[in-house]
Amino acid sequence: MDPVIFLIQVLNGVQYGLLLFLVASGLTLIFGILGIINLAHGSFYMVGAYLAFSLTERLGSFWLALAAGVVLAVLLGMALEWLVMRFLYQRDHLYQVLLTYGLILIFEELRSLVWGDDVHGVQVPQLLDFSIPLTDTLSYQVYRLAMSAICLAIAAGMYWLIQKTRLGMMIRAGSFNRDMAQSLGIDIALLYRAVFALGVALAALAGMLAAPVSSVFPGMGNQVLIISFVVVVIGGIGSVKGAFVAAILIGLADTFGKVLVPQIAAMVVYLLMAAVLLWRPQGIFGRA
Amino acid sequence: MDRQARSLQLLLLAGLLALAAFPLVGEKFYIQFITKVMVMAMFAMSLDLLVGYTGLVSLGHALPFGLAAYALMLVTPETQAAGIWWSLAASLGIAAAASLVVGLLVLRTSGIYFIMVTLAFGQMAYYYVHDSSHLGGSDGKYIYVRPALELLGWKPFDLENSTHFYYFALALMVFVYATLRVLLASPFGRVLAGIKENEHRMRMLGFATFRYKLACFVLAGMLAGLAGWLAAAHDGLVNPEMLSWHQSGQLLMMVILGGMGTPAGPIVGAVALKALELVFQGWTKHWQLLLGAFIVLSVLFVPRGLTQLFAWRRRG
Amino acid sequence: MTINDQRTSRRRFLQGAGGLALSASPLALPFAFAQPAPLKVGLMLPYTGTYASLGNAITNAFKLYVAEKGGKLAGRDIEYVVLDDESEPAKAVDNANRIVNRDKVDVLVGTVHSGVQAGMVKVVRESGVLSIIPNAGFGAATGQLCAPNIFRTSFSNWQTIHALGKVMWEKGHKTCAWITHKYAAGEEMFGGFRQGYEKVGGKIVKDLWLPFPNVEFQALLTEIAAAKPDAVACFFAGGAAVKFVKDYDAAGLKAKIPLYGNGFLTDGTLQAQGASAQGILTTLHYADSLEIPKDKEFRLNYAKAYKLQPDVYAVQGYDAAQLLDIGLKAVKGDVKAAKAMFAAMEGVTIDSPRGKWKMSRAHNPIQDSYLRQVVGEQNKYVSVAWKALEDPAPGCRMLA
Repeated sequence: MDPVIFLIQVLNGVQYGLLLFLVASGLTLIFGILGIINLAHGSFYMVGAYLAFSLTERLGSFWLALAAGVVLAVLLGMALEWLVMRFLYQRDHLYQVLLTYGLILIFEELRSLVWGDDVHGVQVPQLLDFSIPLTDTLSYQVYRLAMSAICLAIAAGMYWLIQKTRLGMMIRAGSFNRDMAQSLGIDIALLYRAVFALGVALAALAGMLAAPVSSVFPGMGNQVLIISFVVVVIGGIGSVKGAFVAAILIGLADTFGKVLVPQIAAMVVYLLMAAVLLWRPQGIFGRA
Repeated sequence: MDRQARSLQLLLLAGLLALAAFPLVGEKFYIQFITKVMVMAMFAMSLDLLVGYTGLVSLGHALPFGLAAYALMLVTPETQAAGIWWSLAASLGIAAAASLVVGLLVLRTSGIYFIMVTLAFGQMAYYYVHDSSHLGGSDGKYIYVRPALELLGWKPFDLENSTHFYYFALALMVFVYATLRVLLASPFGRVLAGIKENEHRMRMLGFATFRYKLACFVLAGMLAGLAGWLAAAHDGLVNPEMLSWHQSGQLLMMVILGGMGTPAGPIVGAVALKALELVFQGWTKHWQLLLGAFIVLSVLFVPRGLTQLFAWRRRG
Repeated sequence: MTINDQRTSRRRFLQGAGGLALSASPLALPFAFAQPAPLKVGLMLPYTGTYASLGNAITNAFKLYVAEKGGKLAGRDIEYVVLDDESEPAKAVDNANRIVNRDKVDVLVGTVHSGVQAGMVKVVRESGVLSIIPNAGFGAATGQLCAPNIFRTSFSNWQTIHALGKVMWEKGHKTCAWITHKYAAGEEMFGGFRQGYEKVGGKIVKDLWLPFPNVEFQALLTEIAAAKPDAVACFFAGGAAVKFVKDYDAAGLKAKIPLYGNGFLTDGTLQAQGASAQGILTTLHYADSLEIPKDKEFRLNYAKAYKLQPDVYAVQGYDAAQLLDIGLKAVKGDVKAAKAMFAAMEGVTIDSPRGKWKMSRAHNPIQDSYLRQVVGEQNKYVSVAWKALEDPAPGCRMLA
């Protein structure tokens, strides 16, 4: 393979991986700290994309839509946690799986009722709607680069939040031992609600960012959901750092798989997961 | 046998009689529908063996199911019937072999990781089939003639006839149910229950728990394979979706909804889910909303599954 | 009521409800004979997903024709039974079974996705009900699996792209790359294209496939750029076509390596594709600026009724209704006279907005393949790429 083409494919892989990280980080937080397996996580991604679609139309600006969308997603997350999720904390994983599967169906139909079943496109924001030439035949969309930059910024922000702030300390404490943290005066109920809302917002934001390049269509959450689970499991449940590394790994594996071994391209990601789990069952950065 | 268990037994018997009598009054569409429900019930029972009785939550149980279906497709000639016995052998054989290989690998993990690894293997099989043109790719492939049993020109029954197929499936379902009952009451079954309760303790007591789990996994895979063979023979179509995580997930739904680790749980779960689907589909285009709401409410208010509703007596 | 009774009554309710539903159906029969019953037309089409707009266009045009005839065909009112097949091959047989065997339609019109069509073909071959295909190019439907009761008013996959190879060669593109989704229709398109292109001397240097309905083209676009062919030929439709054309342009390839395809790449998608689609040449049995009076009339009426411009899918749906009308008129509305109805529908010449076309012996249209170019929001007619192109229908037993 031509070295320039190789680098471009690496860029493609990393770009896809960064978007996956955004979705998976929310999932790993919810999983690791709240102890909930949330199959409906892909639905939040989808909701984000549809919000981007209708809000951009309404407000006339993609960036405004992004801001408004994040706010709405946080509200949705808090409402959902209060209505349904908080009853799942002490329950067996099986029931969480079952309930959140039911939520997937509900969200899919609500989407159908509110937005209909057509495939939609979202315009790339004018500011970033151009491409820079990389080779004599290929150019790269600047928007995709911007998307990656935003994901990286968020990754950095999350690192700072979790490692360097009080809130982050409380989150980490709560994930280790809920009762102990509570007896130390931390309002666990509120903390959990905040973390869940954060998780939802991250997934929705990913959907919003991806909308201009991946279009908005029914069922778009399903594909993302499964891959996010793979990211979380490879990275280690509850580890945002792990999610980052795993997401990039998967982005690269998926991209190069499509190019080098197209017949089994789709299997590559799962082969990777099986291999990692059999070597180190708790994931790369997971706690044993 | 306490009153509750006896009432449940009577109910099951009544259900069985109703099923046996149904084709005499039912329309072809519904005969076929109930056949499919019975196949699902068998599939669900095989998963319950893993989930309810041994505590192994597999999210990849569609793998042996789908592979067995594809095996039937591969051994069925284009315009002729495959022999029942040897096509069944092929399907069950493939299901067992796949479960053995996968089991050897996944049973080294437990808990949430077990769920995820089974999912991974299921998805691998799904994508392998989905992206293979010679297996029909994403469109799947058709089986134009159902398997046939012919002994020197004598055909005791004709599976092309919906009613014959119905009774064939019913007989198999009863067979699977009975086999599982016997198995679970046997020493083998007791060990499985012990493993679910506390595997560590079982190992301390000297049991080679890994072997028991593997045996259980392979057996569950074979039973799933039986269901897969029936599904493919009945629908005449094999499609990668039969191996998807949706299929595995829906199946888990049925088992949990009906009540895990109970004899009738999987059957009730399969019937409930399929019947609700049909009913809701008749009401509105957005039937999945109703189904989803039903599932959510069930988990919140009827946590031990629908068979728990029958257990009200116990509290009195 | 005791708990005991509640349990058994719950189960009984379920059984009773089922039994009631079953017993109600024969009650309807006596009433059917009282007056000319409406004709049950089953519409099994995608109304969700990437092909939803196609399903809607076909439905709209079909209903337009019926409306033009005063709401009746051969004196019978039309009752529609609509089913969304979601373009899911896994559910195809189940869905077809439901609409044919449970809802008992008199005619089945559908569908768009070839994988779903395969399931429908299986069911209608068994049942014998009249089946009119308004889109799916699944070759075997009028080939190996052809049947007296299966008719098509659209195309076979092979037919839509066979002429493209010659067009590309004559434009000087000696090598090309091919890209499409990996599913039956994609493979049939590839076969039809390759036959035509290689026959005139063209060389396909790379063929790229991605899983249906995946639309992440980035990695493969990079591969195309690396391979540097003279041109690219592709097959995408619906939402995927919109995205591919836009992505191809955004990757800077449009200016360097010309993109070709069959008409589905640019039909019904131009508004969404905008500037990215300008100038693209495609082949199809329809174009937007045909100087055909019937077409002008059709476009006017469609736009008036639906405030949208029609596309090739609408034309096919319209012709499906025309074909049904011809068959029904021949038997004076009596669908039970199947043989006579089918005989009337064979060998007809349909006066279609696309131009007149003849029904082949395999029950597929014999039609001209037009070369079109995207100008503004239209696929403007350029020339006839291939006159009276007939699908060879390999393996069809009705040709014997």
